[in-house]
Amino acid sequence: MWSFFLLIMIYTGIYSLMAMGQNVITGYAGMLSLCQAGFFAVGSYATAILCVKCGWSFWATLPVAALLSAFLGLLIGLPTLRLKGDYLAIATLGFGEIVRNVINNWDKLTNGPMGIQRIPMVKLFGYTFSPYRKGIFLILVWVIVLACYFLVTRLAKSRMGRALEAIREDEIAADSMGINVTLYKVAAFVIGAALAGIAGSLQAVFMLSVSPGTYVFMVSIMVLCMVVLGGMGNFFAVIVGAFIIQFISYFPQLVGLSSVIPPQFKQILFGLILVLMMIYRPQGMLGRSMRSYDKLQGISKPGLLAKLRKKGDAR
Amino acid sequence: MRILETQGLTRAYGGVVAVNNVDFTVEKDLITGLIGPNGAGKTTLFNNITGLDMPTSGKVIFNGKEITGTPAHRICRMGIARTFQNIRLFKELSVLENVMLGCHFKVGDPKRRLASALKSYVRLSSEEEELYQRAHKWLGFFKMESLENELAKNLPYGHQRYLEIARALATEPQVIFLDEPAAGMNPQETESLMSTIKRIRDLGVTVVLIEHDMKLVMNICDNITVLNYGGKIAEGTPSQIKSDPLVIEAYLGKDDEDE
Repeated sequence: MWSFFLLIMIYTGIYSLMAMGQNVITGYAGMLSLCQAGFFAVGSYATAILCVKCGWSFWATLPVAALLSAFLGLLIGLPTLRLKGDYLAIATLGFGEIVRNVINNWDKLTNGPMGIQRIPMVKLFGYTFSPYRKGIFLILVWVIVLACYFLVTRLAKSRMGRALEAIREDEIAADSMGINVTLYKVAAFVIGAALAGIAGSLQAVFMLSVSPGTYVFMVSIMVLCMVVLGGMGNFFAVIVGAFIIQFISYFPQLVGLSSVIPPQFKQILFGLILVLMMIYRPQGMLGRSMRSYDKLQGISKPGLLAKLRKKGDAR
Repeated sequence: MRILETQGLTRAYGGVVAVNNVDFTVEKDLITGLIGPNGAGKTTLFNNITGLDMPTSGKVIFNGKEITGTPAHRICRMGIARTFQNIRLFKELSVLENVMLGCHFKVGDPKRRLASALKSYVRLSSEEEELYQRAHKWLGFFKMESLENELAKNLPYGHQRYLEIARALATEPQVIFLDEPAAGMNPQETESLMSTIKRIRDLGVTVVLIEHDMKLVMNICDNITVLNYGGKIAEGTPSQIKSDPLVIEAYLGKDDEDE
């Protein structure tokens, strides 16, 4: 039971990374993308192939996985920028499937439907992070999750995060305010893809094998569910969302009812969650995180304001 | 001095010619009005100048340099800001953030994009402080400091119009295009808008406005251009426009048809 809980927490961590990426693309830039599974697969296979065929260590493959996914994010971002809403969703959905089909059929590189086995375990200073000792592996996953969380929340707080939100709110107005919409949209795709690539890399060293069956369209839907359930535009909320979705999908095994409740049950549940959330609480459980300017408002009220007024007069 | 002009600007959507061979000139430091009946092509002309639309033929010249077909965000960076007929605020963001977004590119370096992005990232608080101060100053110009933390969508209509102007001014433009700023305002609000537009001009910003409120247009504009069916039918000072037979015909119809 305890070990099962640890398993759920590890998957929560891995999916949190993907959900944070989805949050940059959907929650901030407002683009409905459905190809996190594709980037996830690219990250996994990058790690698997480099570890097994080239003998790299996990730590060397991690940035390569992120960069390769990011590059694919750029490739998908550039042509689909003109698309909006449903059309973008369809185009990205297609991209995710293309990735899976390429992996399935490129026998020489990916070993086709057989997948790649015997991926070496992660080592750090002579210590081995074995996925069989879940407590230790959990720490590895969550250290990476927290590092990424720090990086993306800081991004969201900067003027770049604000520009992404402006694009989500009104693209034409953002363009007319001197914001390079194209650049920011591509950047959102690249960041989202890189995070999914990192998640894929961790998935590979956790399962110690990769096969195309893991990277199905359902993964993208799960990730979207996490973001919608937790709250779009709130990185902490999507982690909570990731936990809840993972908990739900492993619930039958957790309570020993997996023989009674078929695995398809969770797909019905995800659809139900998406519909119910959209009707009753479109902002998600925790809602969007608001930036606070209290600190800035505090410092500038007495002295600086007068100075600014003077500057304004000089104009 | 001419700060901006269009030469033979034409925009056709298939067979419909929305703007037909229009020479529109804007004099520096003055208030220029653009009037005409509904569907005359005024907003299309604005869109073509500010880069949201591409002219079919003709040129747009700003400060002696041709800017035809330049993307909107670059035109904004050159010093042309605008507001919209149907208010386009960032509705889910606060009033302060809306204006901060107007200053957005003021703290970056377009020549070194990656470097300035990294700078924003690393020196987050100092840059945010600068943006805040700039935005706060512009909100002060419209006496809206107390509304800073409201969401833009929750503001009353008149304030939304002002916020849009504040956001456009925050880009520190040389020319500001106002698309029907007085639409939906009552006479008192229009009155205060008139004095605000004069204050904007006094900042050294050239103002171009589309407006249907003739009282406002005749009172504050130095030059007026009249469009009808996509073509320019008159141009001149308010008193010249008032007595122009073509303008009267466009607005009131021909005399003899009623007889």
